[in-house]
Amino acid sequence: MNINATLIGQLIAFAIFVAFCMKYVWPPIMQALEERKKKIADGLAAAERGRHEQELAEKRAQQVIHEAKDQASEIVSQAQRRGNEIVDEAKGTARTEGERILTSARAEIEQEANRARDELRAQVASVALAGAGKILSREIDDKAHTDLLDELVSQI
Amino acid sequence: MAEELTTSGYIKHHLQNLTFGPKHEELEPGVWAPTGDYGFAMSSGEAAQMGFWSINVDTMFMSILLGGLMMWFFRSVAKKISAGVPTNTQNFAEWIIEFIDDSVRGSFSGGKNTLVAPMALTIFVWIFLMNLMDLIPVDLIPLAVAHGASAIFGVDPHDVFFKIVPTTDPNATLGMALFVFLLMLYYSFKVKGVGGFIGELTLQPFGKWALPINFVLETVTLIAKPFSLALRLFGNMYAGEMVFILIATMYGAGLVLGSFAGLLQVGWAIFHILIITLQAFIFMVLTTVYMDMAHQEHH
Repeated sequence: MNINATLIGQLIAFAIFVAFCMKYVWPPIMQALEERKKKIADGLAAAERGRHEQELAEKRAQQVIHEAKDQASEIVSQAQRRGNEIVDEAKGTARTEGERILTSARAEIEQEANRARDELRAQVASVALAGAGKILSREIDDKAHTDLLDELVSQI
Repeated sequence: MAEELTTSGYIKHHLQNLTFGPKHEELEPGVWAPTGDYGFAMSSGEAAQMGFWSINVDTMFMSILLGGLMMWFFRSVAKKISAGVPTNTQNFAEWIIEFIDDSVRGSFSGGKNTLVAPMALTIFVWIFLMNLMDLIPVDLIPLAVAHGASAIFGVDPHDVFFKIVPTTDPNATLGMALFVFLLMLYYSFKVKGVGGFIGELTLQPFGKWALPINFVLETVTLIAKPFSLALRLFGNMYAGEMVFILIATMYGAGLVLGSFAGLLQVGWAIFHILIITLQAFIFMVLTTVYMDMAHQEHH
Protein backbone atom coordinates (compact mmCIF):
# COMPACT_ATOMS: atom_id res chain seq x y z
CA MET A 1 0.00 0.00 0.00
CA ASN A 2 2.84 2.34 -0.76
CA ILE A 3 2.64 4.99 -3.41
CA ASN A 4 5.39 4.15 -5.87
CA ALA A 5 6.26 4.07 -9.53
CA THR A 6 3.32 1.74 -10.18
CA LEU A 7 1.35 4.97 -10.33
CA ILE A 8 3.28 6.09 -13.39
CA GLY A 9 3.16 2.62 -14.88
CA GLN A 10 -0.60 2.52 -14.52
CA LEU A 11 -0.92 5.98 -15.99
CA ILE A 12 1.07 4.96 -19.04
CA ALA A 13 -0.75 1.63 -19.40
CA PHE A 14 -4.08 3.40 -19.16
CA ALA A 15 -3.04 6.00 -21.73
CA ILE A 16 -1.90 3.26 -24.11
CA PHE A 17 -5.14 1.31 -23.72
CA VAL A 18 -7.19 4.45 -24.27
CA ALA A 19 -5.18 5.32 -27.36
CA PHE A 20 -5.51 1.80 -28.72
CA CYS A 21 -9.23 1.77 -28.07
CA MET A 22 -9.60 5.19 -29.67
CA LYS A 23 -7.69 4.19 -32.77
CA TYR A 24 -8.44 0.54 -33.44
CA VAL A 25 -11.59 -0.40 -31.53
CA TRP A 26 -14.07 2.41 -31.33
CA PRO A 27 -14.11 3.78 -34.91
CA PRO A 28 -14.67 0.50 -36.81
CA ILE A 29 -17.38 -0.68 -34.42
CA MET A 30 -19.16 2.66 -34.40
CA GLN A 31 -18.91 2.80 -38.16
CA ALA A 32 -20.46 -0.64 -38.46
CA LEU A 33 -23.22 0.38 -36.09
CA GLU A 34 -23.93 3.53 -38.09
CA GLU A 35 -23.86 1.54 -41.28
CA ARG A 36 -26.34 -0.96 -39.90
CA LYS A 37 -28.56 1.86 -38.68
CA LYS A 38 -28.51 3.31 -42.18
CA LYS A 39 -29.16 -0.10 -43.70
CA ILE A 40 -32.18 -0.62 -41.49
CA ALA A 41 -33.49 2.84 -42.26
CA ASP A 42 -33.00 2.16 -45.98
CA GLY A 43 -34.71 -1.17 -45.63
CA LEU A 44 -37.68 0.40 -43.89
CA ALA A 45 -37.90 3.10 -46.54
CA ALA A 46 -37.70 0.45 -49.27
CA ALA A 47 -40.44 -1.53 -47.59
CA GLU A 48 -42.59 1.58 -47.42
CA ARG A 49 -41.90 2.28 -51.07
CA GLY A 50 -42.68 -1.32 -51.94
CA ARG A 51 -45.97 -1.15 -50.14
CA HIS A 52 -46.84 2.06 -51.93
CA GLU A 53 -45.91 0.53 -55.26
CA GLN A 54 -47.96 -2.53 -54.51
CA GLU A 55 -50.93 -0.33 -53.77
CA LEU A 56 -50.45 1.45 -57.06
CA ALA A 57 -50.08 -1.84 -58.89
CA GLU A 58 -53.24 -3.14 -57.30
CA LYS A 59 -55.08 -0.04 -58.34
CA ARG A 60 -53.74 -0.39 -61.86
CA ALA A 61 -54.64 -4.05 -61.95
CA GLN A 62 -58.17 -3.20 -60.87
CA GLN A 63 -58.35 -0.62 -63.61
CA VAL A 64 -57.10 -3.10 -66.20
CA ILE A 65 -59.63 -5.66 -65.05
CA HIS A 66 -62.35 -3.07 -65.31
CA GLU A 67 -61.29 -2.14 -68.82
CA ALA A 68 -61.08 -5.78 -69.80
CA LYS A 69 -64.55 -6.41 -68.47
CA ASP A 70 -65.92 -3.44 -70.37
CA GLN A 71 -64.20 -4.54 -73.52
CA ALA A 72 -65.41 -8.08 -73.10
CA SER A 73 -69.01 -7.02 -72.65
CA GLU A 74 -68.70 -4.74 -75.64
CA ILE A 75 -67.31 -7.58 -77.71
CA VAL A 76 -70.09 -9.88 -76.56
CA SER A 77 -72.75 -7.38 -77.44
CA GLN A 78 -71.12 -6.71 -80.78
CA ALA A 79 -71.01 -10.41 -81.46
CA GLN A 80 -74.62 -10.73 -80.51
CA ARG A 81 -75.54 -7.91 -82.81
CA ARG A 82 -73.51 -9.43 -85.59
CA GLY A 83 -75.11 -12.80 -84.94
CA ASN A 84 -78.52 -11.31 -85.17
CA GLU A 85 -77.55 -9.58 -88.36
CA ILE A 86 -76.26 -12.83 -89.81
CA VAL A 87 -79.41 -14.66 -88.79
CA ASP A 88 -81.53 -11.93 -90.34
CA GLU A 89 -79.51 -11.98 -93.49
CA ALA A 90 -79.73 -15.75 -93.64
CA LYS A 91 -83.44 -15.55 -93.16
CA GLY A 92 -83.72 -13.06 -96.04
CA THR A 93 -81.65 -15.12 -98.41
CA ALA A 94 -83.47 -18.24 -97.38
CA ARG A 95 -86.78 -16.60 -98.09
CA THR A 96 -85.80 -15.30 -101.54
CA GLU A 97 -84.17 -18.61 -102.36
CA GLY A 98 -87.28 -20.39 -101.27
CA GLU A 99 -89.43 -18.16 -103.40
CA ARG A 100 -87.11 -18.61 -106.33
CA ILE A 101 -87.20 -22.36 -105.93
CA LEU A 102 -90.94 -22.23 -105.55
CA THR A 103 -91.49 -20.19 -108.72
CA SER A 104 -89.14 -22.34 -110.73
CA ALA A 105 -90.84 -25.42 -109.37
CA ARG A 106 -94.20 -23.96 -110.31
CA ALA A 107 -93.00 -23.13 -113.79
CA GLU A 108 -91.61 -26.59 -114.17
CA ILE A 109 -94.83 -28.10 -112.92
CA GLU A 110 -96.78 -26.05 -115.38
CA GLN A 111 -94.45 -26.98 -118.18
CA GLU A 112 -94.67 -30.60 -117.18
CA ALA A 113 -98.42 -30.35 -117.05
CA ASN A 114 -98.55 -28.76 -120.48
CA ARG A 115 -96.31 -31.40 -121.87
CA ALA A 116 -98.41 -34.11 -120.27
CA ARG A 117 -101.49 -32.52 -121.62
CA ASP A 118 -100.03 -32.38 -125.11
CA GLU A 119 -98.93 -35.94 -124.90
CA LEU A 120 -102.25 -36.94 -123.56
CA ARG A 121 -103.88 -35.08 -126.32
CA ALA A 122 -101.80 -36.93 -128.88
CA GLN A 123 -102.38 -40.22 -127.20
CA VAL A 124 -106.13 -39.57 -126.86
CA ALA A 125 -106.36 -39.22 -130.65
CA SER A 126 -104.56 -42.44 -131.25
CA VAL A 127 -106.47 -44.22 -128.43
CA ALA A 128 -109.64 -42.85 -129.93
CA LEU A 129 -108.61 -44.04 -133.35
CA ALA A 130 -107.67 -47.42 -131.95
CA GLY A 131 -110.91 -47.60 -130.02
CA ALA A 132 -112.74 -46.50 -132.99
CA GLY A 133 -110.93 -49.08 -135.04
CA LYS A 134 -111.77 -51.76 -132.46
CA ILE A 135 -115.36 -50.66 -132.28
CA LEU A 136 -115.48 -50.49 -136.00
CA SER A 137 -113.99 -53.90 -136.46
CA ARG A 138 -116.47 -55.43 -134.03
CA GLU A 139 -119.48 -53.52 -135.45
CA ILE A 140 -118.85 -54.45 -139.00
CA ASP A 141 -121.66 -56.68 -140.26
CA ASP A 142 -120.76 -57.79 -143.63
CA LYS A 143 -124.34 -58.08 -144.80
CA ALA A 144 -125.57 -54.83 -143.55
CA HIS A 145 -122.38 -53.12 -144.58
CA THR A 146 -122.54 -54.73 -147.87
CA ASP A 147 -126.05 -53.45 -148.25
CA LEU A 148 -124.86 -50.10 -147.16
CA LEU A 149 -122.00 -50.22 -149.51
CA ASP A 150 -124.15 -51.51 -152.21
CA GLU A 151 -126.57 -48.74 -151.66
CA LEU A 152 -123.61 -46.32 -151.84
CA VAL A 153 -122.37 -47.93 -154.87
CA SER A 154 -125.85 -47.82 -156.35
CA GLN A 155 -126.06 -44.17 -155.75
CA ILE A 156 -122.89 -43.51 -157.52
CA MET B 1 11.70 -13.37 6.88
CA ALA B 2 8.46 -15.26 6.99
CA GLU B 3 5.88 -13.80 9.27
CA GLU B 4 4.28 -16.05 11.82
CA LEU B 5 1.01 -17.57 10.64
CA THR B 6 -1.47 -15.56 12.67
CA THR B 7 -4.72 -13.93 11.66
CA SER B 8 -3.15 -10.50 11.50
CA GLY B 9 -0.17 -11.95 9.69
CA TYR B 10 -2.49 -13.58 7.17
CA ILE B 11 -4.35 -10.33 6.60
CA LYS B 12 -1.15 -8.33 6.28
CA HIS B 13 0.24 -10.88 3.88
CA HIS B 14 -2.81 -10.53 1.69
CA LEU B 15 -2.66 -6.77 1.68
CA GLN B 16 0.96 -6.62 0.55
CA ASN B 17 1.80 -6.14 -3.10
CA LEU B 18 4.59 -7.95 -4.84
CA THR B 19 7.00 -5.03 -4.92
CA PHE B 20 10.14 -4.84 -7.01
CA GLY B 21 12.71 -2.21 -6.21
CA PRO B 22 15.98 -1.44 -4.44
CA LYS B 23 16.54 -4.09 -1.81
CA HIS B 24 16.88 -3.06 1.83
CA GLU B 25 17.82 -5.05 4.87
CA GLU B 26 16.84 -4.55 8.44
CA LEU B 27 20.02 -4.15 10.47
CA GLU B 28 18.15 -3.95 13.74
CA PRO B 29 14.40 -3.48 14.36
CA GLY B 30 13.33 -0.21 12.74
CA VAL B 31 16.68 0.52 11.09
CA TRP B 32 16.94 -0.23 7.36
CA ALA B 33 19.83 0.12 4.98
CA PRO B 34 19.90 -0.29 1.19
CA THR B 35 21.91 -3.26 -0.02
CA GLY B 36 22.54 -1.82 -3.46
CA ASP B 37 20.77 -4.66 -5.33
CA TYR B 38 17.36 -4.75 -6.92
CA GLY B 39 14.85 -7.43 -6.15
CA PHE B 40 11.46 -8.31 -4.70
CA ALA B 41 10.61 -7.09 -1.22
CA MET B 42 10.51 -9.97 1.23
CA SER B 43 8.32 -8.20 3.78
CA SER B 44 5.94 -5.32 3.92
CA GLY B 45 8.52 -3.38 5.94
CA GLU B 46 11.06 -3.76 3.20
CA ALA B 47 8.46 -2.79 0.58
CA ALA B 48 7.76 0.37 2.54
CA GLN B 49 11.51 1.19 2.62
CA MET B 50 11.84 0.87 -1.15
CA GLY B 51 10.38 4.32 -1.67
CA PHE B 52 8.86 5.72 -4.82
CA TRP B 53 11.14 4.08 -7.35
CA SER B 54 9.81 0.60 -6.87
CA ILE B 55 7.01 -1.08 -8.71
CA ASN B 56 4.14 -3.35 -7.74
CA VAL B 57 4.68 -6.15 -10.22
CA ASP B 58 1.41 -7.93 -9.42
CA THR B 59 -0.66 -4.80 -10.01
CA MET B 60 1.07 -4.07 -13.27
CA PHE B 61 0.93 -7.66 -14.45
CA MET B 62 -2.74 -8.20 -13.67
CA SER B 63 -3.88 -4.84 -15.00
CA ILE B 64 -1.93 -5.13 -18.23
CA LEU B 65 -3.06 -8.74 -18.65
CA LEU B 66 -6.70 -7.78 -18.18
CA GLY B 67 -6.39 -4.65 -20.29
CA GLY B 68 -4.70 -6.66 -23.02
CA LEU B 69 -7.43 -9.27 -22.85
CA MET B 70 -10.06 -6.58 -23.19
CA MET B 71 -8.30 -4.91 -26.10
CA TRP B 72 -7.78 -8.26 -27.79
CA PHE B 73 -11.46 -9.08 -27.44
CA PHE B 74 -12.70 -5.75 -28.79
CA ARG B 75 -10.05 -5.64 -31.50
CA SER B 76 -10.95 -9.12 -32.70
CA VAL B 77 -14.59 -8.02 -32.88
CA ALA B 78 -13.69 -4.77 -34.62
CA LYS B 79 -11.63 -6.61 -37.23
CA LYS B 80 -14.43 -8.93 -38.27
CA ILE B 81 -17.27 -6.53 -37.75
CA SER B 82 -19.95 -6.30 -40.38
CA ALA B 83 -23.04 -4.19 -40.71
CA GLY B 84 -25.00 -7.31 -41.54
CA VAL B 85 -26.40 -9.86 -39.12
CA PRO B 86 -24.08 -9.82 -36.08
CA THR B 87 -22.55 -12.91 -34.50
CA ASN B 88 -23.05 -13.58 -30.80
CA THR B 89 -19.63 -12.20 -29.87
CA GLN B 90 -20.18 -9.14 -31.99
CA ASN B 91 -23.59 -8.69 -30.45
CA PHE B 92 -22.10 -8.77 -26.98
CA ALA B 93 -19.41 -6.23 -27.84
CA GLU B 94 -21.95 -4.01 -29.55
CA TRP B 95 -24.22 -4.22 -26.55
CA ILE B 96 -21.43 -2.91 -24.28
CA ILE B 97 -20.40 -0.25 -26.75
CA GLU B 98 -23.92 1.01 -27.28
CA PHE B 99 -24.44 1.16 -23.53
CA ILE B 100 -21.25 3.23 -23.16
CA ASP B 101 -22.13 5.38 -26.12
CA ASP B 102 -25.55 6.10 -24.67
CA SER B 103 -24.14 7.07 -21.27
CA VAL B 104 -21.50 9.28 -22.86
CA ARG B 105 -24.07 10.97 -25.08
CA GLY B 106 -26.18 11.51 -21.98
CA SER B 107 -23.53 13.27 -19.93
CA PHE B 108 -21.02 14.67 -22.40
CA SER B 109 -22.05 17.70 -24.43
CA GLY B 110 -18.65 18.94 -25.53
CA GLY B 111 -19.35 18.48 -29.20
CA LYS B 112 -17.19 16.27 -31.36
CA ASN B 113 -14.55 14.57 -29.29
CA THR B 114 -13.19 11.23 -30.44
CA LEU B 115 -11.44 10.54 -27.15
CA VAL B 116 -14.13 10.62 -24.50
CA ALA B 117 -16.27 7.71 -25.64
CA PRO B 118 -13.40 5.24 -26.25
CA MET B 119 -11.89 6.30 -22.94
CA ALA B 120 -15.21 5.65 -21.22
CA LEU B 121 -15.30 2.19 -22.79
CA THR B 122 -11.74 1.47 -21.69
CA ILE B 123 -12.42 2.70 -18.16
CA PHE B 124 -15.64 0.77 -17.73
CA VAL B 125 -14.50 -2.56 -19.07
CA TRP B 126 -11.00 -2.42 -17.67
CA ILE B 127 -12.06 -1.44 -14.17
CA PHE B 128 -14.85 -3.98 -14.30
CA LEU B 129 -12.40 -6.74 -15.19
CA MET B 130 -9.91 -5.63 -12.54
CA ASN B 131 -12.66 -5.48 -9.93
CA LEU B 132 -13.91 -8.86 -11.06
CA MET B 133 -10.67 -10.43 -9.83
CA ASP B 134 -12.08 -9.75 -6.38
CA LEU B 135 -14.54 -12.60 -6.86
CA ILE B 136 -11.78 -15.16 -7.29
CA PRO B 137 -11.24 -16.84 -3.91
CA VAL B 138 -8.64 -14.74 -2.08
CA ASP B 139 -6.08 -17.50 -1.60
CA LEU B 140 -6.33 -19.27 -4.92
CA ILE B 141 -4.02 -17.32 -7.18
CA PRO B 142 -1.67 -15.97 -4.46
CA LEU B 143 -1.07 -19.53 -3.28
CA ALA B 144 -0.54 -20.77 -6.81
CA VAL B 145 1.91 -17.96 -7.52
CA ALA B 146 3.72 -18.42 -4.20
CA HIS B 147 4.15 -22.15 -4.65
CA GLY B 148 5.03 -21.74 -8.30
CA ALA B 149 7.70 -19.20 -7.36
CA SER B 150 9.03 -21.37 -4.59
CA ALA B 151 9.24 -24.34 -6.95
CA ILE B 152 11.02 -22.36 -9.65
CA PHE B 153 13.17 -19.92 -7.70
CA GLY B 154 13.44 -21.77 -4.42
CA VAL B 155 12.13 -18.92 -2.28
CA ASP B 156 10.02 -19.34 0.82
CA PRO B 157 6.37 -19.26 -0.37
CA HIS B 158 5.53 -17.07 2.61
CA ASP B 159 7.79 -14.35 1.25
CA VAL B 160 5.96 -14.17 -2.07
CA PHE B 161 3.17 -11.66 -2.10
CA PHE B 162 0.55 -11.45 -4.77
CA LYS B 163 -2.54 -9.27 -4.93
CA ILE B 164 -4.69 -10.10 -7.87
CA VAL B 165 -7.07 -7.13 -7.65
CA PRO B 166 -5.21 -4.15 -9.13
CA THR B 167 -7.92 -1.72 -8.05
CA THR B 168 -7.16 -2.48 -4.40
CA ASP B 169 -3.78 -0.90 -5.02
CA PRO B 170 -4.10 2.92 -4.70
CA ASN B 171 -1.33 3.27 -7.28
CA ALA B 172 -3.57 1.80 -9.94
CA THR B 173 -6.59 3.97 -9.23
CA LEU B 174 -4.48 7.08 -8.72
CA GLY B 175 -2.62 6.42 -11.94
CA MET B 176 -5.87 6.29 -13.88
CA ALA B 177 -7.27 9.31 -12.07
CA LEU B 178 -4.08 11.26 -12.79
CA PHE B 179 -4.42 10.52 -16.48
CA VAL B 180 -8.00 11.78 -16.31
CA PHE B 181 -6.74 14.85 -14.45
CA LEU B 182 -4.11 15.56 -17.12
CA LEU B 183 -6.78 15.28 -19.80
CA MET B 184 -9.00 17.65 -17.82
CA LEU B 185 -6.21 20.23 -17.69
CA TYR B 186 -5.42 19.70 -21.38
CA TYR B 187 -8.99 20.22 -22.52
CA SER B 188 -9.54 23.11 -20.12
CA PHE B 189 -6.58 24.94 -21.62
CA LYS B 190 -7.50 23.92 -25.15
CA VAL B 191 -11.17 24.89 -25.03
CA LYS B 192 -11.09 27.90 -22.69
CA GLY B 193 -7.60 29.13 -23.36
CA VAL B 194 -5.09 29.91 -20.63
CA GLY B 195 -6.92 33.10 -19.69
CA GLY B 196 -10.30 31.45 -19.68
CA PHE B 197 -9.13 28.63 -17.47
CA ILE B 198 -7.35 30.93 -15.03
CA GLY B 199 -10.46 33.10 -15.02
CA GLU B 200 -12.54 30.09 -14.17
CA LEU B 201 -10.22 29.30 -11.28
CA THR B 202 -10.09 32.83 -9.85
CA LEU B 203 -13.22 34.82 -10.76
CA GLN B 204 -15.89 32.61 -9.25
CA PRO B 205 -17.89 31.88 -7.23
CA PHE B 206 -17.53 35.23 -5.41
CA GLY B 207 -16.55 37.67 -8.16
CA LYS B 208 -13.23 39.39 -8.76
CA TRP B 209 -12.92 41.10 -5.37
CA ALA B 210 -12.59 37.79 -3.57
CA LEU B 211 -9.93 36.48 -5.91
CA PRO B 212 -7.69 34.62 -3.41
CA ILE B 213 -10.64 32.86 -1.81
CA ASN B 214 -11.96 31.91 -5.21
CA PHE B 215 -8.59 30.57 -6.21
CA VAL B 216 -8.23 28.45 -3.10
CA LEU B 217 -11.76 27.10 -3.40
CA GLU B 218 -11.55 26.33 -7.10
CA THR B 219 -8.12 24.77 -6.85
CA VAL B 220 -9.27 22.50 -4.07
CA THR B 221 -12.33 21.60 -6.14
CA LEU B 222 -10.16 20.87 -9.14
CA ILE B 223 -7.67 18.73 -7.27
CA ALA B 224 -10.37 16.97 -5.30
CA LYS B 225 -11.78 15.59 -8.56
CA PRO B 226 -9.03 13.07 -9.42
CA PHE B 227 -8.46 12.21 -5.77
CA SER B 228 -12.12 11.51 -5.11
CA LEU B 229 -12.20 9.47 -8.31
CA ALA B 230 -9.21 7.39 -7.29
CA LEU B 231 -10.00 7.02 -3.61
CA ARG B 232 -13.65 6.11 -4.14
CA LEU B 233 -12.72 3.17 -6.33
CA PHE B 234 -9.78 2.18 -4.18
CA GLY B 235 -11.78 2.47 -0.94
CA ASN B 236 -14.66 0.39 -2.20
CA MET B 237 -12.50 -2.34 -3.63
CA TYR B 238 -10.12 -2.37 -0.67
CA ALA B 239 -13.01 -2.69 1.74
CA GLY B 240 -14.55 -5.45 -0.33
CA GLU B 241 -11.26 -7.30 -0.50
CA MET B 242 -10.84 -6.86 3.24
CA VAL B 243 -14.22 -8.42 3.92
CA PHE B 244 -13.30 -11.38 1.72
CA ILE B 245 -10.04 -11.79 3.62
CA LEU B 246 -11.80 -11.58 6.97
CA ILE B 247 -14.32 -14.17 5.86
CA ALA B 248 -11.43 -16.33 4.71
CA THR B 249 -9.85 -16.19 8.16
CA MET B 250 -13.00 -17.80 9.55
CA TYR B 251 -12.37 -20.97 7.56
CA GLY B 252 -9.73 -21.99 10.03
CA ALA B 253 -12.10 -21.68 12.99
CA GLY B 254 -13.80 -25.05 13.01
CA LEU B 255 -16.51 -26.72 10.99
CA VAL B 256 -19.47 -24.59 12.13
CA LEU B 257 -17.80 -21.23 11.65
CA GLY B 258 -16.16 -22.53 8.50
CA SER B 259 -19.46 -23.42 6.85
CA PHE B 260 -20.93 -20.15 8.05
CA ALA B 261 -17.99 -18.41 6.40
CA GLY B 262 -18.81 -20.25 3.19
CA LEU B 263 -22.34 -18.88 3.28
CA LEU B 264 -21.04 -15.40 4.06
CA GLN B 265 -18.59 -15.54 1.22
CA VAL B 266 -21.26 -16.50 -1.29
CA GLY B 267 -23.54 -13.76 0.01
CA TRP B 268 -20.82 -11.14 -0.05
CA ALA B 269 -19.69 -12.22 -3.51
CA ILE B 270 -23.21 -11.84 -4.87
CA PHE B 271 -23.51 -8.43 -3.28
CA HIS B 272 -20.04 -7.55 -4.50
CA ILE B 273 -21.02 -8.15 -8.12
CA LEU B 274 -23.17 -5.06 -7.75
CA ILE B 275 -20.35 -3.00 -6.22
CA ILE B 276 -17.90 -4.10 -8.90
CA THR B 277 -20.16 -2.99 -11.71
CA LEU B 278 -21.32 0.12 -9.93
CA GLN B 279 -17.80 1.33 -9.17
CA ALA B 280 -16.69 0.77 -12.76
CA PHE B 281 -19.77 2.66 -13.93
CA ILE B 282 -19.26 5.53 -11.47
CA PHE B 283 -15.62 5.96 -12.49
CA MET B 284 -16.69 6.05 -16.13
CA VAL B 285 -19.58 8.48 -15.65
CA LEU B 286 -17.58 10.84 -13.44
CA THR B 287 -14.71 10.86 -15.90
CA THR B 288 -17.15 11.74 -18.66
CA VAL B 289 -18.68 14.47 -16.53
CA TYR B 290 -15.25 15.91 -15.72
CA MET B 291 -14.40 15.89 -19.41
CA ASP B 292 -17.67 17.65 -20.08
CA MET B 293 -16.88 20.29 -17.43
CA ALA B 294 -13.46 20.81 -18.98
CA HIS B 295 -15.19 21.48 -22.30
CA GLN B 296 -17.72 23.95 -20.98
CA GLU B 297 -17.02 27.65 -21.44
CA HIS B 298 -19.36 28.89 -18.74
CA HIS B 299 -20.62 27.40 -15.57
